[in-house]
Order: sequence, then structure tokens, then C-alpha cells
Amino acid sequence: MSTTTTATTTKLWGGGKSPFDVEYGKLMMWYFLMSDALTFGAFLISYGTIRFSTNGWPDPNKVFKSYPFASEGVNAPLVFVSIMTFILIISSVTMVLAVQAGKEMKKKAVATNLILTIIGGIAFLSCQAWEWNHLHSEGAWWGMNPFLNADGSASSTNFTNYFFTITGFHGFHVLSGVVINIIMLIMTLTDQFEKRGHYLMIEKAGLYWHFVDLVWVFVFTCFYLI
Amino acid sequence: MSHTATHEDHSAEVRKEVTKITIILSVLTIIELILGFYMMGIEAAGTRLLIKGTIVILMLAKAFYIVAYFMHLKHEVRNLIMTVCVPLCIFFWFITAFLIDGNSFRNLRNTYDPHYKEQSSIKVEAKEAKHEEKEAKEEKKGGLKLDATRTTD
Repeated sequence: MSTTTTATTTKLWGGGKSPFDVEYGKLMMWYFLMSDALTFGAFLISYGTIRFSTNGWPDPNKVFKSYPFASEGVNAPLVFVSIMTFILIISSVTMVLAVQAGKEMKKKAVATNLILTIIGGIAFLSCQAWEWNHLHSEGAWWGMNPFLNADGSASSTNFTNYFFTITGFHGFHVLSGVVINIIMLIMTLTDQFEKRGHYLMIEKAGLYWHFVDLVWVFVFTCFYLI
Repeated sequence: MSHTATHEDHSAEVRKEVTKITIILSVLTIIELILGFYMMGIEAAGTRLLIKGTIVILMLAKAFYIVAYFMHLKHEVRNLIMTVCVPLCIFFWFITAFLIDGNSFRNLRNTYDPHYKEQSSIKVEAKEAKHEEKEAKEEKKGGLKLDATRTTD
């Protein structure tokens, strides 16, 4: 095993081909995602720093406790956001299936799974739009925080500023992911990948989409659970 | 003929892996949610911290499964894995340093800024009382409950 590894390693660094054994676009997508991870990381760490430096902080279970079509005084924390989380996980799964179908050159399966992924993305965005609208109707926005700290003391606007900035930045990523997926769908349906002889572009779009899901794992945990 | 057979075998294998990872991710999310619900009824800071730590570990596990299997990184060559993962090790320093810094800033303010400390210990009425009567009442009730538990503690 170790001898084969060394053999392939020397071959990979021997020149003449990419030592990363992926095409240029995919490698660059990985590097882009790394830089994006650092951006999101900086946002979330900044949020963590401010939260650690403050005595009180609003209780997420008191803030995010409603869902669409709920009655006025409903108290259902974590319910709506867990639906959003599952929507994103499932759309990630359909994206994996689209990528796999692309590897097998099955045009129809690629299109079906891409459509499902797009639907998932739009569903997630709709959920987020509702949640933002709901919070705004309660008086929360950048620079406005109607929620008290968990211990009943007056809160600063840090909570809403960070919430809207970070979920907004993530939502913008979801939006661009949906747009990219729609472009991929059009390219699939117009046989562009069939002409090229490969569906490698779908893999790159897939990487981006999974990254969006990955970021949501962190945002969900940092804002809603902890 | 044999080539198509192995191709289909591989496809079935991938599908099996995808199903497995989906189940793992769903189960981890459900455990997180159960912990989140469980944490609502707990006041003790130590226990809460313990649960939060567990949730963070589960979060990292989910991140691992998404990156390794959905993003396929585990099946890439070692060079690619290293070029992606090694630079991100900066997060070890990034998170540790900044959270320690934030914590230190709070301690300094609580020690040297009596006004800040006083402000953060005063209970206030819900600000949005004019907005929604019902909400304000609820907040009040919650506050009273908190006070009650304080005194019994």
C-alpha cells in the first residue's frame, strides 16, 4: 500500500499533469470555497467574540418561535428552522444525485435532480424571506432590536445586526447557488454538456451548492441552537 | 459488457453511500434538535455549556460528512485534501484567540466599567410593549418566572 502511494505521489509531482488530479476549474472552485469559508468564518467568529464580550444575550428560543400561518402568541421554537435545515440537506442530496447522474452521462436524471435542487433552494429562500419579514414586523432590523436579553436586561443591537448580516450573506449565497443551478439546468437541457462529452460543470456547481449547505450547518448551530 | 456491469456496480455503490450519509446527517440534526429542546428547560450554566459543547461537536461531524462525502473530498488525491485542509487550520488559532479576547474584554469591562456592569444587571420592561401588548405580557411572565427561580436558587 505504502509503495503504491509513493509511486503515485512521485508520478503526480513528476510534471505533465495536475498534481491534484482534478481539472483546473474544480481546483479553482475549491480555492474559491476556501476563501469563502474564511469570510464566513470571520463573520461567525466576530459574532462569537462580541457574544463572549457581552454579559447578556437574547434567548434564540424566545426570538425564533413562530412559523408561517401560526396564531399570534404561538411558542414553537426550533420548529421552523429545523424545516429549513432539512430542506437544505435534502436539496444537497439531490445535487449529489445530479452530479452522479452527470458522471454516468444520464441527461434526464441530471435535469430531474437539478430541478429538485432548484426547488429546494427556492423553498429555503422563501422560508428565509418569511422569517426576515416576520422579524421585521416585530421591530427587528439592522440597528433595531426589540428582544430583551435572556436575563431580562436591556439588549444591544449586536444580536440583530449579526443575525441579519450573516443570514443575509448566506441567503445571498443560496440565491446565487439557485441562479447557477438554473444556468446548469438550461445548459443540460440544451445539450451543451452532451456536446462537450462530459458533465464536469455540474460537479463545480455541486461543490458550491454543498458549501452553501455546509455554511448553513454552522449558521444554524451558532444562531438558533446555542 | 463487463465494463457496463462494473459501471452499474459503481453507481449502486455511490447511491448506497449517498443514502447512508443522508441518514447520518438527518440523525445528527435530529440529535442536535433534541439537545436544543432539552436545553430550554435547563438553567444551570455548567450543564448548558456541556450541551452546547456537544452540539458543536455534532456540528463538526456534520461538516465532516458533507465535505468528505457530498463534496467528495475524501475520494480525491491526498494532495488536494492537503491543499484544502491545511490552510483552514488557521481557524484553530482564529477561533481560540478571538473568543479568549472577547471573554477577556467582558471581564475587563465588568471589573473597570461599573456603569456597564450595572446596566447589564438591571431588568427592564419589554421595549416593544407599544407594538404588541400580548408579546409584552409574555415577556413579563417569562421575566417573573426567571426571578422566581432566582430567589429559590
